[in-house]
Amino acid sequence: MSDPKIDGLELKPGFKGMAEDTGSDQTMFKGVHWGKAMMWIFLLSDTFIFSCFLISYMKGRGSTLVDWPNASEVFGLHVFGVEVPLLLIAIMTFVLITSSGTMALAVKYGYEKNRKMCGWLILATAVGGLIFVGMQAFEWSKLISEGVRPWENPFGAPQFGSFFFMITGFHGTHVSIGVIFLFIYAYKTFAGHYDDRKRGWFTSMKGDYVEIEILGLYWHFVDLVWVFIFAFFYLW
Amino acid sequence: MSDEYENKTGYQAQSSETISSGSGGGSRTASDIDYVRPAEVTDQDLYHGHSFITKWVFCQDAKVIGVQYFLLATFTGVVGLILSWLMRLQLGFPGAAGFMTAEHYYQFVTMHGMIMVVYFLTALFLGGFGNYLIPLMVGARDMVFPYLNMVSFWSFFVAVGVLLASFFVPGGPTGAGWTLYPPQTILEGTPGSGWGILLMCISLILFVAGFTMGGLNYLITVLQARTRGMTLMRMPLTVWGIFTATVLAMLAFPALLVGALMMTLDNVLGTSFFMPTIIQAGEILEYSGGSPILFQHLFWFFGHPEVYIVALPAFGIVSDLISVHSRKNIFGYRMMVWAIVGIGGLSFFVWAHHMYVSGMNPWFGFFFATTTLIIAIPTAMKVYNWIITLWRGNIRLNVVMLWCLGFIVTFVNGGITGIFLGNVSVDVPLSDTYFVVAHFHMVMGIAPLMVIMGAVYHWFPLVAGRFLNETLGKWHFWLTFLGAYSIYFPMHYLGFIGVPRRYFEMYDSPYMTSAVGMNEFISMAAFIVGAAQFILIFNIIKTLKTGKPAGSNPWKANSLEWLTPSVPPEHGNWGDKLPVVHRWPYDFNVPGAKEDFITQTTPPSDVVGTEVEKT
Repeated sequence: MSDPKIDGLELKPGFKGMAEDTGSDQTMFKGVHWGKAMMWIFLLSDTFIFSCFLISYMKGRGSTLVDWPNASEVFGLHVFGVEVPLLLIAIMTFVLITSSGTMALAVKYGYEKNRKMCGWLILATAVGGLIFVGMQAFEWSKLISEGVRPWENPFGAPQFGSFFFMITGFHGTHVSIGVIFLFIYAYKTFAGHYDDRKRGWFTSMKGDYVEIEILGLYWHFVDLVWVFIFAFFYLW
Repeated sequence: MSDEYENKTGYQAQSSETISSGSGGGSRTASDIDYVRPAEVTDQDLYHGHSFITKWVFCQDAKVIGVQYFLLATFTGVVGLILSWLMRLQLGFPGAAGFMTAEHYYQFVTMHGMIMVVYFLTALFLGGFGNYLIPLMVGARDMVFPYLNMVSFWSFFVAVGVLLASFFVPGGPTGAGWTLYPPQTILEGTPGSGWGILLMCISLILFVAGFTMGGLNYLITVLQARTRGMTLMRMPLTVWGIFTATVLAMLAFPALLVGALMMTLDNVLGTSFFMPTIIQAGEILEYSGGSPILFQHLFWFFGHPEVYIVALPAFGIVSDLISVHSRKNIFGYRMMVWAIVGIGGLSFFVWAHHMYVSGMNPWFGFFFATTTLIIAIPTAMKVYNWIITLWRGNIRLNVVMLWCLGFIVTFVNGGITGIFLGNVSVDVPLSDTYFVVAHFHMVMGIAPLMVIMGAVYHWFPLVAGRFLNETLGKWHFWLTFLGAYSIYFPMHYLGFIGVPRRYFEMYDSPYMTSAVGMNEFISMAAFIVGAAQFILIFNIIKTLKTGKPAGSNPWKANSLEWLTPSVPPEHGNWGDKLPVVHRWPYDFNVPGAKEDFITQTTPPSDVVGTEVEKT
């Protein structure tokens, strides 16, 4: 990996600046770390994956033979004798969005080389992700106990179960992978790998706090995708 | 190239002014006019392998990974070739291969198609040529993420393993056709409906995952790791082709991934994404409410850009080969770049022209026919530019040039039949006949293959340090070129008389009488063309040790890959110092220059007074 170090280059703002950067040599995105540029492009590709999923979902939902189940009933939670629609999902969404906040703070403290704060905030993000996945597991088991399966659904169209488990499962996998990396990065931060520029286990590249920002991009993306899944599954 | 543009882009102004200062003022010193902005990033930190395993097996050097990709893709390509032989044996001489049943035939059709399109052509162009050439051509030490690059190849390796394993599972590989259309894909009558399609989907998912890792490398290397002076508009067209194709792949493969995943769930868990209520052997299945057309949309949203994922690198590479071997600059470089980008962009808006007979709304077909025919404009521009590049060039009629000329002719042929098929009303009667087979084999099978062959003869001296044998090469070319035309030209006629594709046997249809002899002829030609490919393999093995040593820059080319301190280039590519680029790679036969080529690293002070292009 390489550190950005731009001598004698005046970066101009706006469209003109963008055109000049594009026409220049060496790099298109001036001063942007390779890994960061890579993550952005990966996320663009991942956006297409989730778009394909959600468009398929819309198409599937539009052409079922049986009616689609009522989201506020299916996802309702029975607490203290009252039916509260979307309770669990509201908490899940709140936790995930909050973890985005802690992630952003972790990036900030990382660049300030505040190792302790950065580490704790990454850990907090990881725990937030873990709670989210745990609640998702709870929701899955609740639906499964009520008889919803990928191939059948007592509340209406069987495609509801198919799309729900597939898309939330795919998103949950993203969150889980993120959580694993967050724990690894928290360890690396506490152990000072980024301060000492220690080489990575696999890639043997020198550690740098920018890695936390790269993971942060991924984490924010996973949160953003959740907002869309939330809107499409729970509010439609 | 235009002064106006240069004046607007500040970074290039220093080097482009030099030309005028040479003829006019002369007050500026060499170091002044040769100025190139200092490096923006520190030198890349590379992992150097020490053992055999880290140097040659789990290697992080893009050049070794490129060769690995090349060899594995070629191996799968040979498997695909043998499958096509078996198919042609059945079609030309029904019953000649005793073991061949209709089920086998469908399986061979399917595997031949999938192997050739995805595991051979895509892997070879992007994985093989992309890995080898991108870092060298843009002046980088390696791909930007060498470790990820290594994992990319080994994912591809596992994907190929899973794909080939499907030949050995109960029921054999899937026989649903390479498009894998549901519902037949997972119904019992289709061969390989259980294990075969499962392994196919898993293999595709692995391929996409592996390709994504490689693709990120190609894109970031081109965007963020060019050497000093290397602007986007000074890159060889090869890099432009591979770069744009990679962008397409990054955006198109997601649709395939999603389709494969949903197909797997339909197959394994019994979901009904693509499966409508359906009767199988008199029994109503549990599926209901799924949409087979959804899969077609997902598949072709991947499938059509896939055509250009294969074609765009071929366009790029052939432009470079033609320019070098006709000793002329490529005509209309900027036009070529924008045509590549334009074709890439358009390719996302044409997918439903594969689905004219799926029963879609006629207005939908009208839209897709229009976008499809618009693609003819940038592709025709490219063809004209190749021809104008050749025009009055100092053509070396060597094997490389023969392949390039063969490509142009074949591509024009295949492209023209594409205009037929792009029109809904012409496509409907021709759909699913041999006319379609002839069209896509010409345009995205044989044409890109010819570029691959040309590229192998062109870059072998770089990879191995020795020339391939020219005589064997000419035999290889003429047998392939004439043979391929013998195969695919008659197929157009077969399509016109209505011979349907994918049929195991034509039986005694009255209109087939003229097809029988023709099928025999096509099959004979196919055997010869297939066998001719082994000439190349023999040639490579023979010349690897005994070929004529090439030395550095044997073709007198300008681009950076020929300017490495050692041939073949070593890990890190450039020794101690990265090259500095002063111009585009197409300064051939410049009036006033000492030689007929000016390399990209030649500083302006060395060519004062010549009429080099301002790039």
